[in-house]
Amino acid sequence: MTKSARNITKEDVLYIASLSRIHLRGEEVERLTKDLEGILQYVHKLEKLDVRAVEPTSHVLPLTNVYREDEAKPSLAQAEVMKVAAAAHNGFFKVPKVI
Amino acid sequence: MSQTVQQKYETVIGLEVHLQLSTRTKIFCGCANVFGREPNTQTCPVCLGLPGTLPVLNKMALEYALKIAIALDCQINSVIKFDRKNYYYPDLPKGYQISQYDKPVAYDGHVWMTGADGQERKINIKRAHLEEDAGKLIHDERANCSLVDYNRTGTPLLEIVSEPELRSPQEAYDYLQALKLTLEYLRVSDCDMEKGSLRCDANVSIREAGAKTFGTKTELKNMNSFKAVRTALEFEEKRQREAAASGGRVIQETRLWSEEKGITIAMRSKEEAHDYRYFPEPDLVPFDIDEALIEELRRSIPELPRQKFERFTGEYRLSGYDARIIVADQHIAHFFEACAKLYADTKKICNWLNGPLLQELNARKMGFSGIKITPEDLIAIMRKVDQSELSNLAAKETLKQVLDTGKDVASVIRDAGLAQVSDSPALEGIVDELIHEHQTVVGQIREGKASAIGFLVGQAMRKSQGKANPKMIGEIIQRKLSGKSNA
Repeated sequence: MTKSARNITKEDVLYIASLSRIHLRGEEVERLTKDLEGILQYVHKLEKLDVRAVEPTSHVLPLTNVYREDEAKPSLAQAEVMKVAAAAHNGFFKVPKVI
Repeated sequence: MSQTVQQKYETVIGLEVHLQLSTRTKIFCGCANVFGREPNTQTCPVCLGLPGTLPVLNKMALEYALKIAIALDCQINSVIKFDRKNYYYPDLPKGYQISQYDKPVAYDGHVWMTGADGQERKINIKRAHLEEDAGKLIHDERANCSLVDYNRTGTPLLEIVSEPELRSPQEAYDYLQALKLTLEYLRVSDCDMEKGSLRCDANVSIREAGAKTFGTKTELKNMNSFKAVRTALEFEEKRQREAAASGGRVIQETRLWSEEKGITIAMRSKEEAHDYRYFPEPDLVPFDIDEALIEELRRSIPELPRQKFERFTGEYRLSGYDARIIVADQHIAHFFEACAKLYADTKKICNWLNGPLLQELNARKMGFSGIKITPEDLIAIMRKVDQSELSNLAAKETLKQVLDTGKDVASVIRDAGLAQVSDSPALEGIVDELIHEHQTVVGQIREGKASAIGFLVGQAMRKSQGKANPKMIGEIIQRKLSGKSNA
């Protein structure tokens, strides 16, 4: 997505919706365009700050190297897993046809 | 295609190999990393992407990745981090895949490969990064739905990306062979393309020979063997050249290889498919890769194929041909070396290994690992041939039986009565019978036709079911027919 301070358009919202596999109704597009516009304006304010002296950081916690050992733990039973499936078939999650 | 078109264009290929690492557990949770279980029995809240769960990196997965990076002479990042690659597809329960974007485990490595001409070539590796595998989709045509099995979700993957330096489908094939062999020696994956533990996508484009810029590439997927990679690339190379020659153009797209049809087919166009909106994975902290760990792992790396090849052609004076066959399977290499400790003539060992033994294994569709014959057995058989206690034929039969039963050489020879008969009276008796039965041939020999002796020796072998000592038979025939008619 572009960094420039251009306004967010309806097309941007529809594009993001399509990437997220979300269907939006007309009034939702309007509302989300406004919401996202507000969020981006806030981000644009941050962009004006001089951060040249600041190290890029993706985490605020002073933690590194958090590992687990390669030791197996029991998995969930299939029946248990199928409980969270919106639709199931023979132990598989069933979804609308893809491809 | 005309010759001029062939020469006018050159092919540019880059390969992305996805390797499943054979750790005991998945990359971010404690589910067992196993293949072939009942659907959705190897999952937990973490790999199912349920809310409120946190991934934690499996240290072994990182160590395997680092070992590969070291073996491929890569640069290793001193700090690595994970990123989210966002896309919505049902094989991915979270709606994103945890991968690595700007701080991968490794970059700038290389693979040494040997072409059909025996020349070595270095192919550069752009990067290698860790990520989690996705689930498996099964498409049910009749029910008009797709079924998802998340057992594979979270299997540790290392994606190894080559630079676009391969110039033909055959080179791509040779590169894959060389890479796979190194990975096999490291014992970090079972490298089985049919099981999907090693997968390969190919980027291919053409350009005018000598051009500096790249042409428009297509990405090929769905090849499930190295041969399929080569065939798919051959098809795509030809398709692109023909398009260019007829004034058309290549569209940037993903194409699926169809094994049955032998063609590549364009996937439904998804122009936004590459907008993955990567961002740092907030659930995983960064990792410092310290020198001490790299050194420790470096010391654990076994002798790799290229070094072994050098050593075998030097220390054991093997020919490049023999060494290549033996090094191409670490189990054969190990077997060979055990044999070489027991028997000085390494050429002869190669002849047995690369000849009868491999033939028998191929006939049984068996691999070299876990075979029932030991190096001691093979050397015992070879010694018995040297000492005229086994004919070549009987030696091969002994080999077969040891391979099938795992019995020791001496009892196989005894139980199957394979010992070579070098006992003079028994052989004399056989020769006497033959002289009696083949008067015409005997006449020819007496007239000086030496080649006719071979016929009688052959008959003697038949009569003795391969057990007669052919050298002694020849001597007896010659003695008996050498003019003095004492027959």
